[in-house]
Amino acid sequence: MSTMTRIKKLHINNFRLYLGIFILLTVIAMAVFASHLTKFDPIEQDLMNALQGGTDKHFLGTDNLGRDIWSRLLYGGRTDLFLATAAVLAPFIIGTIIGAICGYFSGWIDTFVMRVADVVVAFPFYVLVISLVFILGNGVSSIFIAISLVSWVAYARIVRGETLIVRSKEFIEAAQTGGISNRKIITRHVLPNVITQAVVYAMSDIVLNIGVIVTLSYFGLGIVPPTPDWGRMISEGQQFLAGGYYYLTVLPAIAVIITSLGLSFIGDGLAQLLRVKR
Amino acid sequence: MIRFLVKRIALLIPVVFGIITATFLLMHATPGDPALTYLGNHPTPAAIAALHHQWGLDKPIINQYFDFIGGLFTGDLGSSLFYNETILKLIALKLPPTLMLMLMGSLFGVIFALPLAIWTAIRKDKFIDHLVSLMNAVILGMPIFFIGAMGILFFALKIPIFPVGGYGESNLQHLWSLVLPSITIGLGLVPLLVRSLRTSVIESLDSEYVAFARSKGLKNRAVWLKYALRNGSISGISILGIQVGYLAGGSLVIENVFAIPGMGSFLMSGILNRDFPVVQGATLTFAMLVVLVYLMTDVAYALLDPRARFK
Repeated sequence: MSTMTRIKKLHINNFRLYLGIFILLTVIAMAVFASHLTKFDPIEQDLMNALQGGTDKHFLGTDNLGRDIWSRLLYGGRTDLFLATAAVLAPFIIGTIIGAICGYFSGWIDTFVMRVADVVVAFPFYVLVISLVFILGNGVSSIFIAISLVSWVAYARIVRGETLIVRSKEFIEAAQTGGISNRKIITRHVLPNVITQAVVYAMSDIVLNIGVIVTLSYFGLGIVPPTPDWGRMISEGQQFLAGGYYYLTVLPAIAVIITSLGLSFIGDGLAQLLRVKR
Repeated sequence: MIRFLVKRIALLIPVVFGIITATFLLMHATPGDPALTYLGNHPTPAAIAALHHQWGLDKPIINQYFDFIGGLFTGDLGSSLFYNETILKLIALKLPPTLMLMLMGSLFGVIFALPLAIWTAIRKDKFIDHLVSLMNAVILGMPIFFIGAMGILFFALKIPIFPVGGYGESNLQHLWSLVLPSITIGLGLVPLLVRSLRTSVIESLDSEYVAFARSKGLKNRAVWLKYALRNGSISGISILGIQVGYLAGGSLVIENVFAIPGMGSFLMSGILNRDFPVVQGATLTFAMLVVLVYLMTDVAYALLDPRARFK
């Protein structure tokens, strides 16, 4: 590849990265400042004004209980985005540590953990998370635990693979001969070199989490009403599809898609940046 | 080839045992009492004790574990609390629609993805490549039940080609009622398939044997058909195999959207009815299915590409 096309390519993908960051920041800002962007309570019912399309008062209309769609979208974003992002943290930290230890030490610990990982991924993600939420009971903490129990595997595998590569590098050998403790080598020299891949994956992991959280509440699991949430908005709106009230279903779905799109762009852009750097 | 098979199956045994153990732990060692879940809000202590005895939950956990494994070997997965039928019989009834759905779903996925992958590989970094990758990101962000709902709206309600849901009576109706759900799953698969297929097609187009074929004077079209398509399909098999977890999760959701009486609806009904043995049996079946597909993928890949046998 010539330098010129390389620069051009970097440019295109950087554009994608910036666009992703812009989309995500906008969505986050809308969720955070929800109370300033609407004067309606997202759970307040107004049955006299139910199922109205865009009006002067409710510019995106109201749902079957007369609740303001725009408010519900904003506050629903707050619920889903917060949950999806927070649910990435624990698996990210746990998986990264486990992966680094496995890759660095190898041996029986590595074999054992990787077999456990094989078992976890044998369960389809949705099947396992839905079953776990059933066992743990509805609620936000169940979603956290269920996702954490499953998602650490991906991070552990990614970081382990990267660690295996880094471990054979000379600077690690130098540190070992220099008598630096293993713990210090892992935290100071291995992790900084392997963490970027995990960060890139975290972006698509948040998308995955939004998908599963929305699906859970679509089935009436997980987030408990009346907390507004995009998944339940879609599932409730679906009953009115045949009646022509498309906006009830389509608007929250668009919210999900735009958010995921922003995250995917950031992930792709970061991955590309990393590849060019190497 | 036989050595490869033996080795591959030997590797499988600890995983299968792990799955059985994990399913057991999932249902028995987690906080929360299944009897409480089953009985609802205000159970009497006597009722709880009776249920514990009936399910063998009053025995030590180790005994329960061995009972569970023993039961598996004799095909005894317990009985459904709701259907009054053995889990094994129910699974035998519910598995075929799910398998069919997964099969047809992956078929549609490949039909959609392969041409796109080859096209974008040939026109790498051109407009169409960027357009397809944007489209993929959009599809990736769509919850699969939303795709299903839109499918129902447009192709069952607006233009009544397909049934709104259900599974029909005859075999032909079964097949017909699975078309729209399969297209939905196939569409969901497209981003996952195109991304990896495109890479493998680009790799094979960059390879020395393609350069050689070109130097012999082979036309573009022949190169694409002979090498891009063929190598794309071979790696497609393993990529599809990796995605079986997505297929299973997708059919879990889609069966519920389209009211298809398969394993996914079975699991969901188990959850809604608080039918503990059903959830256990269905979860176990899904995991076993995934492991089996992994095995079949590896074997198929080894058959098609001899190099894989010696890795």
